[in-house]
Amino acid sequence: MANSDRVKVRIPAKAKKGEIIEIKTQLSHDMETGQRKDAAGKPIPRRIVNRFTCTWNGEPVVSADWYQAVSSNPFSSFFAVATASGKIKLSWWDETGEVFEYTHDIVVE
Amino acid sequence: MDIHAALSRRHLLATGAAAAAAVASALAPPARAQAADADGHARKLMGPFTAKEGRVHLKIKDVAESGTNEPVGVSVDSPMTPADYVKAIHVLAEGNPYPVVASWYLTPRSGRAEVNFRMRLAKTQMVRAYAVLSDGSVWMTRQEVKVTIGGCGG
Repeated sequence: MANSDRVKVRIPAKAKKGEIIEIKTQLSHDMETGQRKDAAGKPIPRRIVNRFTCTWNGEPVVSADWYQAVSSNPFSSFFAVATASGKIKLSWWDETGEVFEYTHDIVVE
Repeated sequence: MDIHAALSRRHLLATGAAAAAAVASALAPPARAQAADADGHARKLMGPFTAKEGRVHLKIKDVAESGTNEPVGVSVDSPMTPADYVKAIHVLAEGNPYPVVASWYLTPRSGRAEVNFRMRLAKTQMVRAYAVLSDGSVWMTRQEVKVTIGGCGG
């Protein structure tokens, strides 16, 4: 699956083996809480990203359950140990079933 | 006249104190109810547990500029080795319509027990962070955050 154009990342392209790298990401998403009302006074239906995962060559690094108190355009940063060259895959699951994915190639030497 | 004045002053002080006590007792229950509600949600996430204070560090401003997008960081003192690592980090905001903000699940592959993200805060309230370690122990910390503009719509 192609990288989602809604995703921004800052991840190093290269790392030394065993180094701890920081992964910074942001997804463009309204994270609509379901508590807001539109101009006509009708509640805007809830729509949030409730699951986020990060894997390194298929092995889980970090995952998260998010609720409506996570801000819109959710930014997150966390750490990972550089073990082997390959792919860092980030996935966001929307409540409606839509999935946003981003794969980053990293070289570990 | 003097006696009368003293009496009325005493009377005023007494009623004043009673009024202050009434205000305090009127304020306390919602805050206590919120804390109990957050406790309930914490038990739903982690099962029956006893949390010890410490090891968890909550990095959040005392005064939130805006309740809609407040940076929050949680770090835990842990070597993050396969034998001893942080399994989960839970962030709860006692005064939000739904107190659970986010649950992060870490692995030894994380290397460092730290996550940063941004959260919404409905009003001035206590924010809690829990960490569940691989040996099953639970650690926590809490901090009050003052919010001038709420961030949960409405």
